[in-house]
Amino acid sequence: MNYNILIGGAAGQGVATTGKILESILKRKGYFVFTNKDYMSRVRGGHNFTQIRFGNDELYSHNSDLDIILAFNKETIINHSSRLKDNGIIICDYNIDTDNYTVNKLPLIETAKDVGNAKVFTSVAIGAILKAFDIEVNNTTNLLNKFFKDENLINLNYAALVRGYDMFKNVFTVSEPKLINKDTISINGNQAIALGALAGGVTFYSAYPMAPSTGIMKYLYSKSNSMNILVEQAEDEIAAINMAIGASYAGARSMTASSGGGFSLMVEGLGLAAITETPLVVVNVQRPGPATGLPTRTAQGDLGFVINSSQDDLPLMVISLKNHQDAFYQTIRALNLADKYQLLVIILSDQYLADSSSTIEKFNFDDIKIDRNIAKKNNCKYSDTYKRYEYTDDGISPRLIPGNHNNITVLADSHEHNEYGNIDESKKNRINMMDKRMNKIKLVKKDLIEPEYYGMNNPETLLVAWGSSEGSIKEALELLSKENVSIGALVFGDIWPLPIKKMIQYSNIAKTIISVEHNHSNQLAKLISQELQIKFTDNINKYDGRQFSGYELYKSIKEVL
Amino acid sequence: MNYNKEFDNNTEISWCPGCGNFGILNALKISFTELDLSPKDILVVSGIGQAAKTPHFINVNGFNGLHGRGLPSALGAKSVNKSLKVIVTSGDGDSYGEGGNHLIHNIRRNIDITHLVHNNQIYGLTKGQGSPTTAMGQSTTLQSDGMKVDPINPISTAIALGCSFVARSFSGDINHLKEMIKAGINHKGYALIDILQPCVTFNRINTFKWYKDRIYYLDSEYDPFNKLKAFEKSLEWDDNIPLGIIYKEEKIEFLDRFPHLKGKKSLVDKSLDPKEAEQFIEEFI
Repeated sequence: MNYNILIGGAAGQGVATTGKILESILKRKGYFVFTNKDYMSRVRGGHNFTQIRFGNDELYSHNSDLDIILAFNKETIINHSSRLKDNGIIICDYNIDTDNYTVNKLPLIETAKDVGNAKVFTSVAIGAILKAFDIEVNNTTNLLNKFFKDENLINLNYAALVRGYDMFKNVFTVSEPKLINKDTISINGNQAIALGALAGGVTFYSAYPMAPSTGIMKYLYSKSNSMNILVEQAEDEIAAINMAIGASYAGARSMTASSGGGFSLMVEGLGLAAITETPLVVVNVQRPGPATGLPTRTAQGDLGFVINSSQDDLPLMVISLKNHQDAFYQTIRALNLADKYQLLVIILSDQYLADSSSTIEKFNFDDIKIDRNIAKKNNCKYSDTYKRYEYTDDGISPRLIPGNHNNITVLADSHEHNEYGNIDESKKNRINMMDKRMNKIKLVKKDLIEPEYYGMNNPETLLVAWGSSEGSIKEALELLSKENVSIGALVFGDIWPLPIKKMIQYSNIAKTIISVEHNHSNQLAKLISQELQIKFTDNINKYDGRQFSGYELYKSIKEVL
Repeated sequence: MNYNKEFDNNTEISWCPGCGNFGILNALKISFTELDLSPKDILVVSGIGQAAKTPHFINVNGFNGLHGRGLPSALGAKSVNKSLKVIVTSGDGDSYGEGGNHLIHNIRRNIDITHLVHNNQIYGLTKGQGSPTTAMGQSTTLQSDGMKVDPINPISTAIALGCSFVARSFSGDINHLKEMIKAGINHKGYALIDILQPCVTFNRINTFKWYKDRIYYLDSEYDPFNKLKAFEKSLEWDDNIPLGIIYKEEKIEFLDRFPHLKGKKSLVDKSLDPKEAEQFIEEFI
């Protein structure tokens, strides 16, 4: 059993908040919930919607076939009614012009006014939806606390929920929820990255607002006081990355994030982190480009760019986030690897993951380790003259924090430099320093996580995907396995340096290899072809700014098989 | 004037003989000595340019970053490691051109940084093009027919933005310069010190003599706290160029604006415990 609800309206009508409250109620009742947002880059007007999917099994992506449409305006009905299932229903207020559509018109606003405030019509609507599934509205006041600070508003909304529940009828059958609420959380991708940053010891975060990455800064700022960290809104992304590098040089764990446009501005800073060997984690929450592109939509279009985003060669690691668990744990891992190898680590997320929330197992904070890899003064060979870029067996120089040791000064430099950090243009020094830095790529290969494999043993067809495509891949595979299609999928999380073992293994088994990517040019497939000379039979691409649902992907796979 | 030799290092200095930068380097070492600072207590941050090579020529902590980006790196470093005395040394191109946006916004922050602008009114490293402070009409190796854009007045700009410490000095007067640097370091907030610094190779107009003939010193009668008077003073140039602290303003320093950071230890000394973040998990249940 799983059901799909769409809440749609203009920006400013309360679509997102309504979705958030309904999602929380369903989750607390014990269902798995997956919510994704589709919104325009505007503050008022336009057309926004939230899709809530819930059921008794784990959910990995959204579904386009709707059971309920809650329409705050006529446009919502026009845009989405074609996606309504045969027994699906549309709910809207009395006063909305609905032409010839079959609609359940309810006195949402009138009832809200009667309760005491027209604005709580959204809660009347939520009550009606709950009734449609016969899910009781009791025990929800606790939850409303999360959304409304004012006691009066909580009471108003609760009264509205009850009135909505009472005014509608039961339509769908739901099975008893299975989940124990306290063992699960519902979190979106940006929040999970931010919480990972906090658990991972980030004490300095600088960024410039840019959709869809802003949520990370917003969450971190809201916790900066209680966590005793500094979150600074920079004047631009160039400042953001240079601030983060300065903070890291001075000894703090720091991080910055943006989306493609802002990331483009950071590019020179990436090189600065690399040549100064300053640990740094940069998150790129992808949206479609180039330039301004589609600000609030999703894409996986930055992989090729990010891997090559600097003049000349530099060592870096790129981790893409497959899901909400990854967003938390991989952020912590990225911070540790950055310190371990004094390395630039780029995390690739995207708008779909950033703005969707999923019911997942509660994060485990007990096993998290923070390893700074800061040297002790007596680890350094030369106790009187510290060499920031001292040659060592593996090329990782002992890192000291400026100001912490008597008679030690720490010099970092963006020029090619010698072991002391002083400008050095000699040929020998240049070669040694390039080799020292580039050796980190070899070192980090030991820490690589191979892609996740899903599907049957010895598949005839192998799908290859990365990042947040994981959810729709898993769901598409489930549908295909019911039809006994011999198919499996490799989903890459770590992506640069490219983990190659499983790719080689499965490419030797499968007869056809198909890439699935939310971009135009099969960027991962190209990378794999370049690194491993593996040829892809076909490519499935989606670059309309929207994520594949599992079912859509299933249909696309069937078309190319 | 003597300084503590522990500030010397063995690096060969790559500036032209007679460069105004030597005076600034010496004044820095003297200031640090007179303030009784150790090399480990100081961080000199720079961008790119001739002036920006300063961190290589002095034994203190150094961060030689990107062109125009010394300030944001300095902000990051000071924010987490506030026991360091952070000095930014960069030229007029780096500070007023490429990095202009960071100048504006760090003045707004009033972060406790001393920003020394080696202002030679020309591009040195790239060999003689016009800088943001080159006079209108002045010919350069690039603009051989004269500059077509007005120069920026950094002092007026800083005052207009409410910079809490604005001073001008001259690399040819180390005594005055080191007093300005010391005052800037002792000032708790953003201190901008614009230093007139002759470029002996590419600027044949603004020479040592040119500056010496025009500079005069603000006396004790002058009140740097009067914003309108200070603005008026900042407009003096051509024949009379005032040196000294031109403007001061009482303002809360950046880190002190965060109640959780004010009076606390540096963020680099915070003990990191993943469990500390677990308290927030409740919000997602």
